[in-house]
Amino acid sequence: MLEMLEKTVLHNGLVTAFAVVGLIMYVSMLVSRHLTFGRVHGSAIAILIGLGLAYWGGLHSGGQKGLADLSLFSGIGLMGGAMLRDFAIVATAFEVQASEARKAGLIGAIALVLGTVLPFIVGASVAYAFGYTDAVSMTTIGAGAVTYIVGPVTGAAIGASSELVALSIATGLLKAIMVMVGTPVAARFLGLRTPRSAMVFGGLAGTVSGVSAGLAATDRKLVPYGTLVATFHTGLGCLLGPSLLYFAVKSLVG
Amino acid sequence: MIIYGTALLAVCHLLGIFLGDLLGALIGVKTNVGGVGIAMILLIFARLYMHKRGLMPQSTELGVTFWGAMYIPVVVAMAAQQNVVAALRGGPVALLAAMGALALCACVIALINRTETPVAAAEEDGALDPKSAAQTA
Repeated sequence: MLEMLEKTVLHNGLVTAFAVVGLIMYVSMLVSRHLTFGRVHGSAIAILIGLGLAYWGGLHSGGQKGLADLSLFSGIGLMGGAMLRDFAIVATAFEVQASEARKAGLIGAIALVLGTVLPFIVGASVAYAFGYTDAVSMTTIGAGAVTYIVGPVTGAAIGASSELVALSIATGLLKAIMVMVGTPVAARFLGLRTPRSAMVFGGLAGTVSGVSAGLAATDRKLVPYGTLVATFHTGLGCLLGPSLLYFAVKSLVG
Repeated sequence: MIIYGTALLAVCHLLGIFLGDLLGALIGVKTNVGGVGIAMILLIFARLYMHKRGLMPQSTELGVTFWGAMYIPVVVAMAAQQNVVAALRGGPVALLAAMGALALCACVIALINRTETPVAAAEEDGALDPKSAAQTA
């Protein structure tokens, strides 16, 4: 009986994922309404539960893909993978007001550049303070502070060791998770109210996963504006990291 | 038909990713440059164009808006497959670099967004409130 149920679940991974995520959303909405009296958005709680399950899954399987490494939940990997994630992100653009997006064009671009350079400087400085004083290490960790994709791409391009690359991915992952969890809490301080402010946020906060989840948990209608800008973030970082930024660090520390 | 909307979304998605890869190859980085962003812009223009010509009936729209609404559940699934264990094992360098970068960026975001005229912001709130209420419901 139990074996047959397990087989059903195993053979229908994606469908199982829909059911599991639906259950997570339902529990989150209940928690949001009854325990926080609507003050914490249900989506934010759902994302937290997701991260918690990812930690639990990672501990149990020893793999790198959180809950998706447990065969019963492998469908989560497909549902939350890059393909469906990008598909759903693109779909949110359907609600974008073209005039709003155009109004924020320049400020979005400025935010994008700042969002690449500032985290890089902080990351490289922290690396320096902890004794990673050569240009390759500083650049790799600095690039990780931009996003967890820019980090390894930059590291690979300038010949960093795998330990450094892992550290740089960890930096980027922590940043993404902090953005996911912190955005709804800091929304008022950040001034996240309008499409323009969401685009500034998307450019500066970086990581698509962090920005899109953070905005989803703050205000659903801001999601497309933020992600529209954030999706250029990784590309810009991969462009600047191994070139301009690396040379700048190299000229500073020799 | 509902599939027309989903197919339109799929075509924009594929075209955007393709152009992003092409752009990345052109400027010599080994990654996709803004592919999703390009796809979003394509979809925005496709919608404007088709609306004007009356080629966008309600059922076609539904084929896109369904996926837009699936966005938050997809993000929850994405969160559930992050390498949280590795992220927490990164130690103080990763933690401090991430926190420092975010704190600085948060201040700059707050600064830039404070320059936005409050009148415009208030208008925005009023105009979009019913819609957002409907979406969260």
